[in-house]
Amino acid sequence: MKTVEKHIKEPLFHITRRTDMAPLKAWGIRFLAIVAALIVSSLIIVTITKYNPIEVYVKMIEGSFGSERKFFILLQNTAMLLCISLAVTPAFKMKFWNLGAEGQVLVGGLASAACMFYAGDSLPSGVLIVIMLITSVLSGIIWGVLPAVFKAIWRTNESLFTLMMNYVAIQLVAFFIMLWVPNGSSVMGVINQRTGAGWLPEIFGQKYAVNLIIVAAITVAMFIYLHFSKQGYEISVVGESENTARYVGINVKKVIIRTMVISGAICGLAGFLLVSGTNHTVSKELAGGMGFTAIMVSWLAKFEPVMMIFTSMFIVFLQRGAGEIAMALRLNESVSDILTGVIIFFIIGSEFFINYKINKRSKAKEAK
Amino acid sequence: MKKILCAILAIVMVLAFTACGSKDTSSKSEKAAKVLTIDEVEKTVAAKMEKVEKDDFKIGLICLHDENSTYDNNFIQALKEVQKELGLKDEQVLIKTNINEDDACYNAAAELVDKGCNIVCADSFGHESYMIQAAKEFPDVQFCHATGTRAQTELVSNYHNAFASIYEGRYLAGVAAGMKLNEMIDAGKITADKAVIGYVGAFDYAEVVSGMTSFYLGAKAICPSATMKVVYTSSWFDIAKEKESALKLINSGCVLISQHADSEGAPKACEEKGVPNVAYNISTISMGPTTALISSKIDWSVYFKMIIDTALKGGTIPTDYCGTMKEGAVKLTELNEKAAAKGTQEKIDEIKAKLESGEVKVFDTKTFTVDGKELTTYTADIVDAGDFVPDSEAVVDGQFAESSKRSAPYFAIKYIDGIEDL
Repeated sequence: MKTVEKHIKEPLFHITRRTDMAPLKAWGIRFLAIVAALIVSSLIIVTITKYNPIEVYVKMIEGSFGSERKFFILLQNTAMLLCISLAVTPAFKMKFWNLGAEGQVLVGGLASAACMFYAGDSLPSGVLIVIMLITSVLSGIIWGVLPAVFKAIWRTNESLFTLMMNYVAIQLVAFFIMLWVPNGSSVMGVINQRTGAGWLPEIFGQKYAVNLIIVAAITVAMFIYLHFSKQGYEISVVGESENTARYVGINVKKVIIRTMVISGAICGLAGFLLVSGTNHTVSKELAGGMGFTAIMVSWLAKFEPVMMIFTSMFIVFLQRGAGEIAMALRLNESVSDILTGVIIFFIIGSEFFINYKINKRSKAKEAK
Repeated sequence: MKKILCAILAIVMVLAFTACGSKDTSSKSEKAAKVLTIDEVEKTVAAKMEKVEKDDFKIGLICLHDENSTYDNNFIQALKEVQKELGLKDEQVLIKTNINEDDACYNAAAELVDKGCNIVCADSFGHESYMIQAAKEFPDVQFCHATGTRAQTELVSNYHNAFASIYEGRYLAGVAAGMKLNEMIDAGKITADKAVIGYVGAFDYAEVVSGMTSFYLGAKAICPSATMKVVYTSSWFDIAKEKESALKLINSGCVLISQHADSEGAPKACEEKGVPNVAYNISTISMGPTTALISSKIDWSVYFKMIIDTALKGGTIPTDYCGTMKEGAVKLTELNEKAAAKGTQEKIDEIKAKLESGEVKVFDTKTFTVDGKELTTYTADIVDAGDFVPDSEAVVDGQFAESSKRSAPYFAIKYIDGIEDL
């Protein structure tokens, strides 16, 4: 026995999971991570641009809070990213890797645009908006549920399936724009610019107000659904272990399909908001990568809808800041992308130290 | 499953419903009661701009991409050049990059107005709807949009379109290409019938078709056996796709490449393969030191200077401005002597003089055929009423009168004989 023990070499470091960290300490670590990220970013700013880092950070903050308009743009962009993040959350919580939010949003937006294009002149705007909402949600559901059905019944790989559905959606959008705009420019332009048919109305003099209210409602609903409903609980169980779920009598196939119906529906709704409440047009860039950024937002917030408000706002804040720096200091946006990268790297890194403990090989054991 | 089935049925119904929905194009386009010609528009619509003190003056530029795109870089450099020349401060010249062709463009324009800009410009075709939206909301600010088509029909007094007769520049760039093809034929590298040009286009849109046709006509005027093959990338800026398309053309036997797409993809592919390249917007000699011949470009500084001048002195910005080669708005960049054929510069100078005197016309209907026949009449979609219905005769006095009735190109004949899809 003794000889065997000799050969078991303990590595210098080994990593163990920890669950005991006090929330206050965890937040302290996160705070320190951001401070560290800002310091590192400052060094980068000074080395490559010779600007005063404080000036750069002030401009960054101005990008989101410099004026009332900028603040509402921050809220609007946050709402859209949050909406898509909420959409992917139940799926990810179930460990269903839905990489297809981009496509689900696109087909939702495309359905809305189609209604505006074909029925803009023949239906009253109120009716039209309801029809747009329904078709968008249904289109999102179809795009989301197809991979889910294949996964549930034939165990296909959902990451690849959902990812490929994105490309189908992009090509569909390109096709319809070509059909609708025969001059070949592939620019749809604002649909119904003169009549405003199918546009969500302004309320309180704010054109984004309806978007913000709808997304706030979805956030609350998703919070309740995940925490206080039986279905939300089923999602957690399936996510932790499918076998356990089956053992306690949960119909896993049903949960997978049902969850993706919800995921797809909210993505479709996001597409509707982007077309009807925001851009009034459709293009291949409608989702603009938010379908993927949403995954990061959702994970950073640990699938907590309320936390997602902050993570999505943080990401949008960085993006808006990047644009402002590029304009005000005439730096290429790549510079701000570097800063964003550094900050996110540190934040994700800090999660590692919160969730895991690094143990050094103890001297006592070595002596044995 | 039942629910899903219901859902699918419902969407099929709704789709069927929308598909059946009346598609009345006449009401959709909501044609302006009376379409004014550009001259009439200039006289009646364009608003006079009040004089602005130089220190209070601000101009904003909205770009679809950033300096990495040759197209946007051409705008950015032109504006910076004018800034330097006029001695304006950085805070007076605000450049917003990476602005999508959607609500973001409206927001960018509105933010620039908030910052105090007297003039807001945008560089991409898809920005137009949002620029018009902003122009209506901020009547005291002038909105200038490059490549757009709707100033004539929207009749918003502070909204303006601008372009230039780039077909002249393309034609001269084609001359450089023709010289190179002749050199290859004379050196025995290719036979005359193998003088195939490859063209990487972004979209099969009039602006691109007009550019490729004038380029081809320039090359053909020098090398009569030249033919051209075209590939589209379906994107204005896609490095990988442009490179791939150029390689595809080269591999299918094209001996010279040109492009109307905005990245370094094609020029770099040409340098790799040692195939001559004629570019657009900026000089690409740094990307292809041994293969880049020359580029044609619109020099936007002419327009920028004109509108800033108007603001500083007070006056009217034209509703639809078309810069010409004569006034320096259309240019060729430096000729790469290392790559170009001997005598190219002299030939370019000679043809340029002839173009300016009117002896040579780019779209002279005697120099090309469509389906084997001379072009005697062509109705182009010049008045943009949103209907995509051709409305105006474009063949005038034996030539296709490009950019004379509207600055944005409208030569959309796909294709004249000699050009075909790959």
